[in-house]
Amino acid sequence: MVNPRNAYGEALIELGKKNNNIVVLDADLSKSTKTIMFAKKYPDRFFEMGIAEANMMSAAAGLASCGKIPFASTFAVFATGRVYDQVRMDIAYSDANVKIFATHGGISVGKDGVSHQMIEDLALMRVLPNMRVMAPSDATQTKKIVFLMAENTGPMYARVGRADAPLIYNDKDVKDMKIGKGMIVKDGSDITFISTGTMVEPALEAYDELKKQGISARVIDMHTIKPLDEQLVLKCAKETNGVITAEEHSIIGGLGGAVAEILSEKNIHKKFKRMGIKDVFCESGSPADLLEKFELNEKHMVKNAQKLLK
Amino acid sequence: MKELSDKDITKLNLKAVKIRKHIIEMLFRAKSGHPGGSLSAVDALVALYFVHMNHNPKNPYNQNRDRFVLSKGHAAPALYATLAESGYFDVRELKNLREMGCMLQGHPACTCAPGVEASTGSLGHGLSFSIGIALAGRLDKKDYNVYTMLGDGETGEGQVWEAVAVAAHYRIDNLTAMIDRNYLQIDGPTEKVLRLESVRDRWSSFGWNVIEVDGHNIRKILKALEKADAHKRQPTVLILETTKGKGVSFMENNVDFHGVPPNEMERNQAIKELDLLEKRLEANL
Repeated sequence: MVNPRNAYGEALIELGKKNNNIVVLDADLSKSTKTIMFAKKYPDRFFEMGIAEANMMSAAAGLASCGKIPFASTFAVFATGRVYDQVRMDIAYSDANVKIFATHGGISVGKDGVSHQMIEDLALMRVLPNMRVMAPSDATQTKKIVFLMAENTGPMYARVGRADAPLIYNDKDVKDMKIGKGMIVKDGSDITFISTGTMVEPALEAYDELKKQGISARVIDMHTIKPLDEQLVLKCAKETNGVITAEEHSIIGGLGGAVAEILSEKNIHKKFKRMGIKDVFCESGSPADLLEKFELNEKHMVKNAQKLLK
Repeated sequence: MKELSDKDITKLNLKAVKIRKHIIEMLFRAKSGHPGGSLSAVDALVALYFVHMNHNPKNPYNQNRDRFVLSKGHAAPALYATLAESGYFDVRELKNLREMGCMLQGHPACTCAPGVEASTGSLGHGLSFSIGIALAGRLDKKDYNVYTMLGDGETGEGQVWEAVAVAAHYRIDNLTAMIDRNYLQIDGPTEKVLRLESVRDRWSSFGWNVIEVDGHNIRKILKALEKADAHKRQPTVLILETTKGKGVSFMENNVDFHGVPPNEMERNQAIKELDLLEKRLEANL
């Protein structure tokens, strides 16, 4: 098990070494977001902005206007909802080269409860013109996405969860990864799971379970929610008998919403299910209990696949 | 810097009149926009763009330039007219304010017009954005300064106070805030809508160097800007004592002209007054 947040910290250090223009901002959560790793190595290029997220986002845009490549970090709930207007005007509308990297996305934050469980961020960021939106699934992919964020110009948002996660990939697997290009992690012909972020790993477990039952599942790691890999979505919808999207996010406006939009506009009449939080606020609890209660684990993935194929 | 002669100052005052005339014409044509806060901001803009700032309209993205951020984005006509008169773009472009396809958007957009540093209009962002510019300058060991104009009513925004705290904490001394203290906002007098006094005490208690100055006296504004630049280890705020609607008798201190453009009769009357003022100033040359 490796924590994607640590991968973020390590990636920042590597980037900082290569490029003097990399700067990092945090809002009193550097120990949690792991930007502290960069802060220790490059104190001059780290800006502790205090519990003042709105100011942090606009200041990041100001730094970008002078050629810097700012990574601004805090929890997903504060990096999007709390600062929506700043992100909208100073980053998205201004097409600023700011990278918002959020941690603690989704409900597996656990016991902190609703105030810290961000299930709307992908939707909020996706609706902004110019903004690209990512949710990496493991530490290896997280590192790669951080590098891609720095290499590609323009406003970007990425989120990871709080918890440790099993490694899905090695460096070779992600070598040719591109923003906006989904990855086929497991091929299959009966049903497709299109998962993002923390929901890729349970989809792989569901794949194994379904295999035992004689069902061939395909698992897509859709690390980029915007721009969405439409071709891959359409290909999977055509080649398999149904599509299930899975995200630690509201079923409204995120990956599920994006896939539904494509399928319906292209007149693809296939069985379809969005797995996610069903338009409710969640509650405190252990991550595993919460994911079970809100039906977001491998068990429910298997159930949904069986139901869809009936 | 060498002392400006009275004649130099008169020329700057004439520039301010010209910009005020542009503002009236632009708003009349556009049939929407904000006269009051545009007119009150003009003299400070003239001091910055025609004397104080190190900038080159022919090379608007020079990395060493001083920057000006108009946080009170609704005063866009004042900024646009100043930029045009400085040579960032053709003065004829001004007549297209707020027209479809025009670079002069209703509120400033940095991706649309040269010389516009930040996209503003949603209040409270500009000072934070300027902190980013100032920190970048410090990192790159550049000696540029950044000047940010805020409306007095704008300082009701919580984000402004985040920025005020952070700028003081980082001892950002290449940043100067300028408050257009005209005492009026859309819903009425600032002290009735949301009390701001003491503006001086608020900013100084956060750790800022505070300078109060007549916001319509260009010579005094220039002196204050020099003091601000020279002041080290603290950010400086200039409280520009101004009159909303300055230069047009029936707009002065009249909150009804915050966001309502002049009709034809009002435009004719305003231009007449400004023409008269122009003639009086020219007589001093």
